Amino acid sequence: MSPISLSVNGKAVTAAAEPDTLLVTYLREHLRLTGTHVGCDTASCGACTVLVGGLAVKSCNVLLAQVAGEEITTIEGITPADGSLHPMQAAFKACHGLQCGFCTPGMIMSAIDLVTHHEHATREQIRAGLEGNLCRCTGYQNIVAAVMRAAQAMERGGRP
Amino acid sequence: MSAAQVPYVGRSVERKEDYRFVTGSGTYTDDIVLPRQTYGYFLRSPHAHAALRSIDTRAASSAPGVLAIYTARDLAGIGGLPCGWLIHSIDGSPMKEPKHPVLAEGKVRYVGDPVALVVAESAREAKAAAALIEVDYEVLPAVIDSASAASSGTALHEEAPDNVCFTWALGDQAAVDAAFAKAAHVTRFSFANNRLIPNAIEPRAANAQYSPASDSYTLYLTSQNPHVERLLMGAFVLGLPEHKLRVIAPDVGGGFGSKIYLYAEETALVWASRRIGRPIKWTAERSESFLSDAHGRDHVTTAELALDGEGKFLALRVDTIANMGAYLSTFASCIPTILHATLLAGQYATPHIHCRVRAVFTNTAPVDAYRGAGRPEATYLLERIVELAARELKVGRIELRRRNFIRTFPYATPVGLTYDTGDYEATLDRALELADVRGFPARRERSEQQGLKRGIGYACYIEACGIAPSAIAGRLGARAGMFEAAELRVHPTGKVTVFTGSHSHGQGHETTFAQVVADRLGIALEDVEIEHGDTGKVLFGMGTYGSRSLAVGGSAIIKAADKIIAKGRKIAAHLLEAGEEDIQFSQGAFRVAGTDRAKTFAEIALAAYVPHHYPLETLEPGLNENAFYDPPNFTFPAGTYVCEVEVDPRTGVARIDRFTACDDFGTVVNPMIVEGQVQGGLAQGIGQALLEGCHYNEDGQLLTGSLVDYALPRADDLPDFVIETVRGTPCTHNPLGAKGCGEAGAIGSPPAVLNAIVDALAPLGVRDVQMPATPYRIWQAIQAARS
Repeated sequence: MSPISLSVNGKAVTAAAEPDTLLVTYLREHLRLTGTHVGCDTASCGACTVLVGGLAVKSCNVLLAQVAGEEITTIEGITPADGSLHPMQAAFKACHGLQCGFCTPGMIMSAIDLVTHHEHATREQIRAGLEGNLCRCTGYQNIVAAVMRAAQAMERGGRP
Repeated sequence: MSAAQVPYVGRSVERKEDYRFVTGSGTYTDDIVLPRQTYGYFLRSPHAHAALRSIDTRAASSAPGVLAIYTARDLAGIGGLPCGWLIHSIDGSPMKEPKHPVLAEGKVRYVGDPVALVVAESAREAKAAAALIEVDYEVLPAVIDSASAASSGTALHEEAPDNVCFTWALGDQAAVDAAFAKAAHVTRFSFANNRLIPNAIEPRAANAQYSPASDSYTLYLTSQNPHVERLLMGAFVLGLPEHKLRVIAPDVGGGFGSKIYLYAEETALVWASRRIGRPIKWTAERSESFLSDAHGRDHVTTAELALDGEGKFLALRVDTIANMGAYLSTFASCIPTILHATLLAGQYATPHIHCRVRAVFTNTAPVDAYRGAGRPEATYLLERIVELAARELKVGRIELRRRNFIRTFPYATPVGLTYDTGDYEATLDRALELADVRGFPARRERSEQQGLKRGIGYACYIEACGIAPSAIAGRLGARAGMFEAAELRVHPTGKVTVFTGSHSHGQGHETTFAQVVADRLGIALEDVEIEHGDTGKVLFGMGTYGSRSLAVGGSAIIKAADKIIAKGRKIAAHLLEAGEEDIQFSQGAFRVAGTDRAKTFAEIALAAYVPHHYPLETLEPGLNENAFYDPPNFTFPAGTYVCEVEVDPRTGVARIDRFTACDDFGTVVNPMIVEGQVQGGLAQGIGQALLEGCHYNEDGQLLTGSLVDYALPRADDLPDFVIETVRGTPCTHNPLGAKGCGEAGAIGSPPAVLNAIVDALAPLGVRDVQMPATPYRIWQAIQAARS
């Protein structure tokens, strides 16, 4: 069990965990970052999505050992400490892009990757881009609206 | 509070609960880790039907980290999981209720049936040890197909040798037969309403703890109705008094019905937590959700509609086989009966209706309510057969509906309901306008030029919500009351905490209910907090299902608020030295009529808690009221949905190009939330129509047991919906005028989609496509019509 060093939400951490520990297990059970959720066992639902080096990754499908040296960002890592919200979080709230909230952190992390890497994405491109994240509550329409709204805000560098 | 406060009701205020959800700071059951936590894992049957010859747990017991292993032998004397609704067969006999054991006794009856509970220091160790349990199964023939279950020759339960749970009927059969005898035309339609697997994105989870200090249990649970869970588990299964069992449903990640029921897993955990003296947590893997969550729908139905020469409906005859699965789940028996047959009038003045339902046991997971629960099955039947009849009679599909609409209210249907109000023309007309039905021929022409078949389909649905008037429900077999409870606790500063028996798992009650209370009391939205989901805090509750929360739970809250106001008037009368009859309450102030003398709500609250100048001889201090509300009738939301599809006849792919929903939900508190409920319901209904289908093979193995094999709608499977809620006809018998909106989308959309597909393919000779209308099925239907 050799220690693994990585960065989580800007903080350096060294993990001592079994070699088959999944990234999501480490985040939830060792670091108690429970905003990242587990919804399935086939990497199908995306509730566990986090950013690894700025790219959306399903953390249930990655071993902790595979992200040694990487920068991990979870939903907790994008939340401002002053009680305000990241533009993507604010847009989900404003557009009613969530109901039960369980898929929401993963959806938000995927959406941040999407708008960061695809400028001026259309509604169709957003729908295609979120294809890896399941939501059973919303029917996605308000999620798409939220991502459109957040994209504009993020391109402006401000709040939606 | 101000004199000119704009009402909160009717405004799309942002949700109070969203900050914690968008920041990942919600608390779901699996997020909770208790001191000295242990973990449970359930060994499940790999066979659909087998005798349990022996279970050898010796090797597993000595595996690393294992604390205990329990099987049915350890649970001897524990009751079975009860069914909450007693249905009687036509011959008067009660339904067959074979024991639904917590852990399999003597036999396993579906793949996923729990056989043993392993408790270990970690979830990983519990799962690893379970693999070491040796079970000797004697595999038996499996009964999978519900249509042939009664004649299969194999019995799941001794009590039901032909696998029939009940044969029930509703309606006047003789009158229906007489009407058919004089019919000018009869349309027939046979179909399967496809079995669905609910798939809330949060899997079921439970964490049970026994406290020797208070000799009591606490259960954290993914539940839509924690009080019902407590009652059923405590009183009917484990024999625990209710005051020694606290059930907490914290944030719950979607339910759709699947988290209503008392399941084996949490029951076993509560029982075992005392045995080992430590808390035990179990969280379902998604594969376990597929195997063991109660499934939905699964009807095989034949329907016949009799019409006269003018296209008036004379009678409807329905015969349904409903799959109960291996055991009766908590509300299984009322779904195909009380929530299905009673809805068969739909929006139409059909004078005679008869429905027979045979419920059968099969070696599949238990089947129970899933979003809509019986009403989608009824609506699918009606709205498909109406369009089939229109095609056969060469009458316009809208025209045929208009000829048969109910137009006067209240209207007593021949299947036991009395609709209090409605206006079906209004939602139909508006839906046709919103959908630009006039522009359809031009759009069809454009599609045709691209080699695509475009079709349009309609559905005019009705549902019965606001479940339920307890006396009526009791006559129909309910074994529980169906009211809702609320408590309003006014604090000395005038802030209010509301405790509601409804449970929010996505519906936004923390916002909607606060809007209602803020308006009633004339205080600010941020001064109202909604508490729910904890039997230790909330006085009682029947929970959330059947689109009942606002209509029933909201009415209980209003009733409690009115008691607060009534007491406030007494206090104000004393303080203002006026007669109680002269005190008027509005906009958050108690005023002496005709004067400028007034006390604010907060001043009255303070006086109630600091009763220095207070009528103590006639009035108790404090400002806290309870209310129970039992609805006098069901509520009847209704509307029209219009779907437009484009089918590629070369591939069979159907793409929804437009979908329009126009609903009458009565009073709408938060339009944004209501629209979100409709969007989500549409997604699930379209999922049933095009994508989702549960399949067991003939051995009872679940072929659609993962999200790779079972197709949930994804973002790029769905269009943008056009949704409008008309001002409509408020419910006449509850104080809010609210009818309920949670299930409409899932009820109205499947027939609209299939009607559109049939319309697209009708020129090719296709009469019917079954759900889910996958590309393969559509392609097959086209080939069959051609040959």
